[in-house]
Amino acid sequence: MAPVKVYGWAVSPFVARALLCLEEAGVEYELVPMSRAAGDHRRPEHLARNPFGQVPVLEDGGLTLFESRAIARHVLRKYKPELLGGGDLAASATVDVWLEVEAHQHHPAAGAVVKECVVSPLLGGAPDQAVVGENVEKLRRVLEVYEARLGRSRYLAGDLVSLADLSHFPIMRYFMDTEHAALVEALPRVKAWWEELAARPAARKVAELMPPNFGFSKKP
Amino acid sequence: MAPRKLYGMPLSPNVVRVAAALNEKGLDFEIVPVDLRTGAHKQPEFLALNPFGQIPALQDGDEVLYESRAINRYIATKYTEGPELLPTPSAKLEVWLEVESHHFYPHVSPLVFQLLIKPMLGGAADPVVVDKHAHELARVLDVYETHLAQNKYLAGDAFTLADLNHMSYLFCLSKTPKADLVASRPHVKAWWDDISARPAFQKTVAAIPFPPSA
Repeated sequence: MAPVKVYGWAVSPFVARALLCLEEAGVEYELVPMSRAAGDHRRPEHLARNPFGQVPVLEDGGLTLFESRAIARHVLRKYKPELLGGGDLAASATVDVWLEVEAHQHHPAAGAVVKECVVSPLLGGAPDQAVVGENVEKLRRVLEVYEARLGRSRYLAGDLVSLADLSHFPIMRYFMDTEHAALVEALPRVKAWWEELAARPAARKVAELMPPNFGFSKKP
Repeated sequence: MAPRKLYGMPLSPNVVRVAAALNEKGLDFEIVPVDLRTGAHKQPEFLALNPFGQIPALQDGDEVLYESRAINRYIATKYTEGPELLPTPSAKLEVWLEVESHHFYPHVSPLVFQLLIKPMLGGAADPVVVDKHAHELARVLDVYETHLAQNKYLAGDAFTLADLNHMSYLFCLSKTPKADLVASRPHVKAWWDDISARPAFQKTVAAIPFPPSA
């Protein structure tokens, strides 16, 4: 049987999300490297897989999927459904709520800070401090809700770890390397939750492919 | 049994996203007003339902949920009457649910805010913001055009949640000068004409309190 294939560059937090799920589910896969610099994602053979020209793409048997969160759901539903709340409607509904929170409350703010503070400098630019300030503030308010939530349950969606927690790992891996990690450090439950997430064997393995400088070499 | 309660403003497209799903499933519900203009969404009473202080929230028996797309998944999974909105397994459906969330929504939402909501609040549309998002949405809809040339609905042959989740914003977009973004793309237009003609959606839009045109 053809192995599962993931196309993309592992430094991408979106590709990393797909890899993390495969690692958590113990699924054998092949990472097909692509070069962002060479514009591999804009070539016709990639556009045939993902008309939006982005990574990751996952091939599983006859299926081709894109959008990292759709890939994550597919992998876990097929190979480790307990990470989506299992068959229990109340549990899976709560996982779904916190998956949307990650996508619409957490990622826009944390992603913006990573883009300005990590990616911009690597591309030779300077962080837009207004954008950073605005998004640090947004993220602070969001994480205060997480702090309260984690006072009532061990993980975001309840007492069992789920994709809702795991889905945060990739962008936070980069965020925690910025000076704004202090936001997380100041919230004891969020801090403990993050440290436990990052200590998972699957997360450690994927993090090895995600150097803090995104694999860029600094230009002189 | 206490009716389902959908908290929010009846004009909010994120609230209408949920109303559309409830109507497709033929479920009774009442809209409980949460007026953003008075800051009701930041009051403790509402924060107890959604600690992120956003509308909508849904109370269904003992269940309280927020995030409209999560609410819609719950409705589609729990209620088996009516159309099957979330047939599983469907990888294609999951992909296009995410496409709505991360390609369509980020551009249609600011467009609708600038062109429809801001004027209702006495403000004026910012042409720079409008142009930027109209340009990006056009590129996204070009992908939809190709996809819908080969698929009657986003996930294939049948109407699913992937189509439904677009409808509230498509409806709002159709009320703006940027309606041509859809109207100028034959397959996107045909898809919109088809899904917006669904009786459940007709019921949904009849309940949206649009102010009379000037």
